[in-house]
Amino acid sequence: MASHDGAALTEAVYYILLSLLSPLHGYGIMQKVESMSGGRLRLAAGTLYGALSTLLEKGWIQTVTAERDSRKKEYLITDAGRAVLREEMRRLEELLYNGRNLLGG
Amino acid sequence: MKRTLHKWFWAWDFDKEEKWLAAMSARGLNLCGVSFCTYVFEEGAPGAYAVRLELLDRMPSHPVSEQYIRFIEDTGAEYVGSVLRWAYFRKRTDAGPFDLYSDIDSRIRHLNRLLSLLFVLGMVNLGNGLNNLIQFFVHGLSFSLAVSILCLLVSGLIGYGFLRIFSKRKRLQRERLLHE
Repeated sequence: MASHDGAALTEAVYYILLSLLSPLHGYGIMQKVESMSGGRLRLAAGTLYGALSTLLEKGWIQTVTAERDSRKKEYLITDAGRAVLREEMRRLEELLYNGRNLLGG
Repeated sequence: MKRTLHKWFWAWDFDKEEKWLAAMSARGLNLCGVSFCTYVFEEGAPGAYAVRLELLDRMPSHPVSEQYIRFIEDTGAEYVGSVLRWAYFRKRTDAGPFDLYSDIDSRIRHLNRLLSLLFVLGMVNLGNGLNNLIQFFVHGLSFSLAVSILCLLVSGLIGYGFLRIFSKRKRLQRERLLHE
């Protein structure tokens, strides 16, 4: 169920999944992704919303009710999502391995 | 002080509309309300807000759209209002750059939404135009001819808009082959 047929994740999806190892709401995800990528990746709200809906459908993330403010939905990665992340990391490592081997550096 | 202006933009020129609203904001006129062909501005600091337009999947009053609008608001933007399915959002420029989409895929999806809307509207007008043209030839009603010409002109115009957005989407799709 975790498989995504080895297809590459988009950068946004990769970082969203990575940011959801602990529960966050939409704005929290945007901030975390921006800081993780050293300010390089700024997720726009509409793009994030679309990605979250798809990830929920796939069962790679789930919603959790925030304690204080139930209006704001919080999201959390699922086991399936973790498996997808691991698979993607293996793929990225292969890319890097081949790049380093051939191009060096 | 509030100021109201009336202006018309074609649906396929929504980025032109955003640019115009940015130029108004640069003059200290920040958008605070919209209705059909009507823009309400409040006077304030020049360039205080950036405005973005989005064609929603459903009418703004639909629960799905309401949920989306609330999500956008929770990220620090304000929902200014809407005209039919077009929603207007603004965000303070001192909170950083404001975009609704940050990758090519979601830009393409937005254009797809606009293309299907234009397609339906264009087809309705084309069908109406042809139907009235037939009515004119069968019954000889000049009224039918007038309606037919009007509908065909409108469908031609919508067809032009469709092609504009279509080629814009094609550019994005070509870019998508290289990167996100």
